[in-house]
Amino acid sequence: MITDKVLMKGNEAFAEAAIRGGARLYFGYPITPQSEVPEYMSRELPKHGGCFVQAESELGAINMAYGAGSAGGTVFISSSSPGIALMQEGMSFLCSAEVPLLAMNVSRGGPGIGGIQPGQADYYQVTRGGGNGDYKIPVFAPASIQEAVDLLYEGTDMAQYWRNPIMILADGMIGQMMEPVRLPEFKPVLAPNEIAGKRDWACTGYADRGGDQNRRVVKSLRMQPEKLEEHVEKLFKKYAQMETELARYESENLKGAEIVFVAFGTTARICREACEILASQGIKAGLIRPISLWPFPEKAFDEIDFSTTKAVISAELSMGQMITDVKLALNGRLPVFLAHRTGGMVPTSPEVAQRAKAVLEGLK
Amino acid sequence: MRAFKLVFRPEKCKGCELCRSVCPKGVIGMAANVNAKGYHPACAVNQEACIGCQSCALMCPDGAIAIYQLEEGDQ
Amino acid sequence: MKPIFEYTKGMTEMPTHYCPGCTHGIAHRLIMEVLDEMGMLGNTVGVAPIGCSVMAHQYMNVDMCEAAHGRAPAVASGIRRVHPDKIVFTYQGDGDLASIGTGEIIHAAVRGEKFTTFFINNGIYGMTGGQMAPTTLIGQKSTTSQDGRSKELNGMPVKMSEMLATIDGAAYVERVALDSPAHVRQAKKAIRKAFEIQQQGLGFTLIEFLSTCPTNWGMTPVKALEWVRSNVMAYYPIGVIKEPAKEEQA
Repeated sequence: MITDKVLMKGNEAFAEAAIRGGARLYFGYPITPQSEVPEYMSRELPKHGGCFVQAESELGAINMAYGAGSAGGTVFISSSSPGIALMQEGMSFLCSAEVPLLAMNVSRGGPGIGGIQPGQADYYQVTRGGGNGDYKIPVFAPASIQEAVDLLYEGTDMAQYWRNPIMILADGMIGQMMEPVRLPEFKPVLAPNEIAGKRDWACTGYADRGGDQNRRVVKSLRMQPEKLEEHVEKLFKKYAQMETELARYESENLKGAEIVFVAFGTTARICREACEILASQGIKAGLIRPISLWPFPEKAFDEIDFSTTKAVISAELSMGQMITDVKLALNGRLPVFLAHRTGGMVPTSPEVAQRAKAVLEGLK
Repeated sequence: MRAFKLVFRPEKCKGCELCRSVCPKGVIGMAANVNAKGYHPACAVNQEACIGCQSCALMCPDGAIAIYQLEEGDQ
Repeated sequence: MKPIFEYTKGMTEMPTHYCPGCTHGIAHRLIMEVLDEMGMLGNTVGVAPIGCSVMAHQYMNVDMCEAAHGRAPAVASGIRRVHPDKIVFTYQGDGDLASIGTGEIIHAAVRGEKFTTFFINNGIYGMTGGQMAPTTLIGQKSTTSQDGRSKELNGMPVKMSEMLATIDGAAYVERVALDSPAHVRQAKKAIRKAFEIQQQGLGFTLIEFLSTCPTNWGMTPVKALEWVRSNVMAYYPIGVIKEPAKEEQA
């Protein structure tokens, strides 16, 4: 049964989607612009037999998530940019110990405490890994509340399947706005005594595993370099598989385009409008919208019509971070320019269209 | 009179001498030879004096000591 | 022959990496003996810290999770939410608990988390080579207080147990010492009591162990125990700091 659409605020819809996806444990700390998520969870999770804990800090929250995930729970956490920065140590541990987690970053402007308006300057933080060591976290960037809901709903299982954190990156605009959304059905959840059988690595105490007294240890320490190298190589085999299976994007109007925008999240919506403005002025513009930021959807760039396209514009709410990946994906095939605002400022679609016209003019 | 037998696992011993230091009867000494780890392991030098107080085993950080009470027929 | 003391099956057969005479081995064994005697080895999840006891999970024969430095109480809080009927414990040194992890331990106590923390206080950072800890005594030499800890520069050593006992959510806090057979027996009783109070759901429980670090103190293991008696216990008195009222305990 598919439910009717309801009008919801982004942050509340995210929380509801995680609950419907089976998350029954949420650990959070207040930070704008995502505080509606912990508020919603504190009210709604207990109704579903779940647990909400307001942690003492983001450090506390991520490590509670690590513990609950290690114990086989289905865990969701959320924060915003500086809070995500505090969680990076934990992300590194989760990746090494292969503990599943669904995490959300409703990002704002930086650096430092920055501001509370929408930003995309966390691109490096979430795709490059702010913690120590070699690790990868798949990151998905929804451009609407519905897409965020669908990604979160899928994300609980995805985290368990890969035994890895999965990050949803929504800028503050998507967290704060309201849109009609269709909510999915509730997924079934495991009882505590069912965990040991279904999640064959989780710390449950061996009494839950019948006669099997083989201990389960969730850890990241490997003192011998040979063992650590072997472990990291194993992780990277998994990451290579993620690269082939998890890359996602949408492309629009690439055939015959003179110029192509690359943009995610809110910025993609603005670029879509800019494409219409440009079309009305006789300039054909296309759009590549990466949905996964890592793995970066490099294949999308092979769809560009190289016989007509003269330039690519990476449009970002930052001083230009994704542009690095755009250039790597294009590998010199086309010139790449930046259209950006930062610090919480959001460009209008006419501004972006104007930037595209200036770029094309400059290439003449 | 009850009699006790100390059973050492010399391969576990790190020669820290805590057992010897707490024995009220001078039962324990350190062996002249070294074990695979390079330590002189603890051993019973005066087994008959053991009163089974368990002090040595309680203080052993390495699980190198077990204690048994001898029953009739035991050697 | 009738066994009167055998090594507990709560410990694995793996030899520990601890230095000769280090009392970590005694604390490990006592905790595991108690869980074995309670029949709870299969119903326990432990959390290892960062520090010398980072590899405690190799020796303690229960399911275990390894936490980031200082974060064990947060990790245990998460585990406990998933498995409310299990025994959960953290095992933490003084760098882990009293320095980098103060936020986590205090708020675990504030929430009255139903797990038990075993706090190993040996007044030094062992794993990293003998640096000053928040618990290092005044005048005690370490590699980062080479003329001895100074009150002016470093402040007084922190009494975590007394501080945590002021928090309502802390149900039972006791400081024990591992310097003598009598105190070791007392320590074991305290461990049992802590687990029982945890099972009764009365709140957060913590046992502080006055322990030794012969290597970094520059003493023989036997001298180190004497130093605990003559110096450490003078500043950190052993005994019950807080416990539930008798009528609360089942």
